[in-house]
Amino acid sequence: MSDTETLTRLSTADADGESVTLTVNGERHALRLAPWVTLLDLLRERLHLTGTKKGCDHGQCGACTVLVDGVRMNSCLQLAVMRDGCEITTVEGLAEGGRLHPVQEAFIEQDAFQCGYCTPGQICSAVGLIREGHAHTAEEIRELMSGNLCRCGAYTNIVAAIEQAMGEQAMGEQPAARGDGR
Amino acid sequence: MGHIGTPTSRVDGRAKVTGTARYAAEYVAPDLAYGVVVSSPVARGKIRAIDASAALAVPGVVQVFTHENRPSLAWFSRSWQDEVAPPGSPFRPLYDKEIHYSGQPVALVVAEEFEAARHAATLLRIEYETLPHATDLGAAREEAYEPRKKRSGIPPPAKPRGDAQAGYEAGAVKLEAEYRHGFEHHNPMEMHAATVVWEGDGRITVYDKTQGSQNCQSYIHNVFGIPSDQVRVVNAYVGGAFGSGLRPHYQLFLAVMAATQLERSVRVVLTRQQMFTFTHRPDTIQKMALAADADGKLTAFRHEAVQNTSRFEDYQEAVVNWAGLLYKCDNTLFDYRLAQLDLPTPGDMRAPGAATGLIGIECAMDELAYAAKLDPLEFRLRNYSEIDQDNNRKYTSKALREAYHIGAERFGWGRRSMAPGSMREGGELIGWGMATGVWEAMMMKTAANAVLHADGRVEVACATSDIGTGTYTILAQIAAEALGVDLARVTVRIGDSDLPKSPVSGGSWTAASAGAAVDAACQALRKSLFKLARGMDDSPLANASLDRVVFDGGAIRLADDEARAVALTDVLTAHHLSLVEEEGAASPSMISSMRYSRYTHSAVFAEVRVDAQLKVVRVTRIVNAVAAGRILNPKTARSQILGGVVMGMGMALYEETMPDHRFGRFMNHNLAEYHVAAHADVQGIDVIFVDEPDEEVSPLGVKGLGEIGIVGTPAAIANAIFHATGKRVRELPITIDKLLD
Ligand code: FES
Ligand code: FES
Repeated sequence: MSDTETLTRLSTADADGESVTLTVNGERHALRLAPWVTLLDLLRERLHLTGTKKGCDHGQCGACTVLVDGVRMNSCLQLAVMRDGCEITTVEGLAEGGRLHPVQEAFIEQDAFQCGYCTPGQICSAVGLIREGHAHTAEEIRELMSGNLCRCGAYTNIVAAIEQAMGEQAMGEQPAARGDGR
Repeated sequence: MGHIGTPTSRVDGRAKVTGTARYAAEYVAPDLAYGVVVSSPVARGKIRAIDASAALAVPGVVQVFTHENRPSLAWFSRSWQDEVAPPGSPFRPLYDKEIHYSGQPVALVVAEEFEAARHAATLLRIEYETLPHATDLGAAREEAYEPRKKRSGIPPPAKPRGDAQAGYEAGAVKLEAEYRHGFEHHNPMEMHAATVVWEGDGRITVYDKTQGSQNCQSYIHNVFGIPSDQVRVVNAYVGGAFGSGLRPHYQLFLAVMAATQLERSVRVVLTRQQMFTFTHRPDTIQKMALAADADGKLTAFRHEAVQNTSRFEDYQEAVVNWAGLLYKCDNTLFDYRLAQLDLPTPGDMRAPGAATGLIGIECAMDELAYAAKLDPLEFRLRNYSEIDQDNNRKYTSKALREAYHIGAERFGWGRRSMAPGSMREGGELIGWGMATGVWEAMMMKTAANAVLHADGRVEVACATSDIGTGTYTILAQIAAEALGVDLARVTVRIGDSDLPKSPVSGGSWTAASAGAAVDAACQALRKSLFKLARGMDDSPLANASLDRVVFDGGAIRLADDEARAVALTDVLTAHHLSLVEEEGAASPSMISSMRYSRYTHSAVFAEVRVDAQLKVVRVTRIVNAVAAGRILNPKTARSQILGGVVMGMGMALYEETMPDHRFGRFMNHNLAEYHVAAHADVQGIDVIFVDEPDEEVSPLGVKGLGEIGIVGTPAAIANAIFHATGKRVRELPITIDKLLD
């Protein structure tokens, strides 16, 4: 099976579930879902957007961070039905056409990852953080990124990448972060 | 040219930042079923009865697998032993009613949907008969024994030298102390998972989280009796492992069993809690007895360690094998023992043995330096060993002295005042500590192939893995360098059991081994391409020899007249070839290993700031100077060291899995209570690579970097904490409570 092929499935449990409408990376999905389906499992298992990672399923690692109406959230702690009508941006929705988001570019340049498993969560979290506008120093970035664990220990480079992206944005060299939702 | 040694961004970077890199649990298949694992709550006993009726009644549930309905499996222990198994009889999932440890998988619930399987798993009723268990190494050490059968690849402790007792008694300054570090769990961010795709004709494609696709392939063959050519194992991306993926684990077994029994595709993903139920860094107690004469020269070094293993395998690591080769000393004694606990078998975790052993060695060296009133770095320099005294061999290279000096210089070690508690700033006690790191520079037999396509694309392939280490990138650099093409023209295929033979990726041997194999394949390809180019009509290379040409800019050129050249693509066109393919292999040289010892070294310097009242410890600066031979890619190499240092900080300050001995179960089995270093904990890490040319250690002069970053870091931090507070904490991790009283 090719890597890009996606399959849609509706389970027996979903058939008589709740109806939920979500916009994910600009695409509208009208779904019927059992109420116990988390946003994370919806993305990964039903919409096949596996860029968003599961590292604990308990809100303890940040690997599942996505932007919900522009705000960073742990998608493992959201039931999909709670987010009816929301706009979700995942790591797959950050690049515009073939052009990477400045945070994605900076992650590659700074070698801000090793295994890459925490990376989508770090990137979405960083985009959310920059949008919040509370972090101005490396120390503030570290504090406000502490919900995103990296077992490979790429922290030094992640902070450098975020500083780089913030710097570029401040200088207006790059277009503003997309995926804000509103 | 100029690819090797150049800081290069990861070639898999784009896939990783856009979310298109696929990990084991992320492959799709039609009709995919989900398996959820049920774990035993008792540590030792037997399953008395299983009632699956409520679980089976949940809509969407397909099957509940237990030992009662498992398929027939291999009988002999040998069949269950994988490539890196320690001596013993490996754990067999769902084999019988015996319970060997808390958390042991006892059932797999398979359903159409993940949520249904997860719910049904809670409805399974299992009755257990419990038996007494033991999980306390402190108690079990009384029954510790010397492992009868040695684990292959792990050298036994060095033979004693001189008379350690007499040397100890003769010393002017002495130290006798016991150090301990509790259990640790690897906790890669990606949880162990396997997606087994049922291909319809008996063949299966297995996407597993593993450090060795071929190791898993032969395990599946040996355990289930499925012919190897019907099993393909893929691990193209691995979300960290640090040793947790060296051996095949039960997610693989259960997913393969379910898929082949149900004849449909199945995915099994462990929970974070279950990540604490298969392998761990063992609990370790180290007894040190050191003495030095009035000049600060060691007169005795005694290092004894006891570690836990399971009841069914003798897991072993090299804990006491380092002091004898690091320091010059004529009276040594090393002893290594195991004690059995009712736990899963421990496993290799980043720098197994060394990360632990160097805590004992380097903290004891610091204590003895203080007893001798010598600067800790000066004390180490006085005992510097130019040869491996344990084996009476020279080193292929050893730039540790340079690492000490360069590291000390960068850190500002010369400005340190010796007395503990003497460097203060406001309410903070500042401490500076240092330690040495060492790891074996290994190389393993590995094969690869290299292909040039008619359009100029180069493809190199090897069954090795990239577990975040940067394998994709360095192999691309090696190929680009050998064939003189742009990095963007090179595709690296790894992480697939169909590819040329490679061992598991671990022990820091991948860069040296897979690197040399890819280079060998590329060198063979150079030879063939040159021959073909020379044979072309009017070839400008007609009278040249291979050593008089260079491969550069996608062409073969005369070395003394680079304008006279043949483009690689023209070579294939002229001969009407769609591709040219060559194979290569590399193995360690036996003669060289008999003549030389091969090790990577490091000097680690740490600054901590301890709140004088609250005793909160922050690591504010680390300088890690590493001597690791040739550095292929300074960018990814630095990341390897950064990662090792961060895990070393965890080892020093945060990481420990605590069993409740009454239940024989790890209590803090989640990422909120098993604390790994987070963003806020990490700052100011400075990595230095010391120049260390080494033609002998491996064909490319590479020593490997995966482990060395963690080794020495915990001791440097512990020593800095002593310097800040005057308190010696010999039980790591050094949490606030241990500093408060
Ligand atoms: S998977 Fe959501 S926080 Fe870990
Ligand atoms: S890059 Fe591996 S966990 Fe962050």
